[in-house]
Amino acid sequence: MIKSLKTQHHKLSDPAYQLHVLNDHSESLRNQPKFREKLEEINLYPLKPTGIEIFQMNVGYMCNMTCKHCHVDAGPDRTEVMSKETFKQCLEALRNSKAETVDLTGGAPEMNPHFRWFVEKVSALGKHIIVRSNLTILTTAPKYQAMPKFFAEHGVEVTCSLPFYNKSRTDRQRGEGTYDRSVEALKKLNAIGYGKEGSDLELNLVYNPAGAFLPGGQESLEKDFKRQLKRKHGITFNNLFTITNLPISRYLNFLLESGNLEEYMDRLITSFNPAAAQGVMCRNTISVGWDGTLYDCDFNQMLEMPVEEQAPRHISEWNELKLNNREIKINQHCFGCTAGAGSSCGGATT
Amino acid sequence: MRETYYKPEDLKKFEDVGEFGPELAEKFFDYYGAVFEEGALSAREKALIALAVSHTVQCPYCIDAYTTDSLEKGASEEQMMEAVHVASAIRGGSSLVHGVQMMNKTKDLSM
Repeated sequence: MIKSLKTQHHKLSDPAYQLHVLNDHSESLRNQPKFREKLEEINLYPLKPTGIEIFQMNVGYMCNMTCKHCHVDAGPDRTEVMSKETFKQCLEALRNSKAETVDLTGGAPEMNPHFRWFVEKVSALGKHIIVRSNLTILTTAPKYQAMPKFFAEHGVEVTCSLPFYNKSRTDRQRGEGTYDRSVEALKKLNAIGYGKEGSDLELNLVYNPAGAFLPGGQESLEKDFKRQLKRKHGITFNNLFTITNLPISRYLNFLLESGNLEEYMDRLITSFNPAAAQGVMCRNTISVGWDGTLYDCDFNQMLEMPVEEQAPRHISEWNELKLNNREIKINQHCFGCTAGAGSSCGGATT
Repeated sequence: MRETYYKPEDLKKFEDVGEFGPELAEKFFDYYGAVFEEGALSAREKALIALAVSHTVQCPYCIDAYTTDSLEKGASEEQMMEAVHVASAIRGGSSLVHGVQMMNKTKDLSM
């Protein structure tokens, strides 16, 4: 089993060290413009929310996979999972929130023991639910094989990772056998109506580059994925979301080990797009950590950068008005969301 | 004094060629940008053509740039290698097809 950076006691499992690397690892990185300066140039600093629309919850770092690019450093050896008490606090916050979408991520969110209970409760509130599934989990134990039907019963939108439409590139990034198991899961989802024409059950795929390069045009990649997956496996889906890999955690480790860090950061920074900066997801999203701590986004969560001190910092202190007035925390990793066509959990932003 | 003709960091200075002649450089880069826009050919197809041509002209800058571009545009490793083989086939074929000229001349000269 591949171990997480945390279990390896790898120095990059320390968020402070990651931020140090991004800012000070070399002369080239020290001399790069700071994200704050780029925001100041376009009068967007301090970065402020536009209002919380998406309530994203990271329900735990436990996962059945150990993908090379994972910004969460998730894996089977991670034990952090959201408790029922924290879930209840989230439900309470959601009852009083204008956020219409609840976005469940992990790790593999399905592995949280309270996952089904929570989905049923949120579904009863009438919120739109997105689950970020790694697909392979749906082919494992019987309780996970039953998930697609459970998702369908609650109208859950399934957004799942598939870095490429061929086996070699997918397996290199996510582990041997991933592609075949992903195809099996996608066929199961299609069989119950997910991603099928005329069905309300939405199935979206997430593409992220399997290496030190940026994603290409979302529209053209979606066409390629649709054509190839249909031709090779008869699989259909709704949308492809292209996501830029942010230089943190395991992906940062890959960049360092492969000698691509400086070049990649340079690429992100020179591709800074003011329109993408306007539309960054932290402006309409709040991220809840497995222990209830509040963050501006899942990436800030992994860097242990909670929302600013003046705002409520734990789900038990939920105050939407105060959160909507907070100042969003930024650092050099944020260039990942503003490069080119922009990047968010919902794909390109421009 | 420079020690090598090719340096990877020089690729980033491509647009600096305007320093010694801005007007022509501007016309060139406008044209260059327009060529690679999505058109009757997709951006991915153009990246693969550029990759193949890069190998024909054996330009290290172009190979670097269009390997990255092909990956970004979603080309697979198989597609990229097939593009290089197309370049190789035309290059090899262009030598071989001149064999006809050699044969013609040989026949002209022979009894």
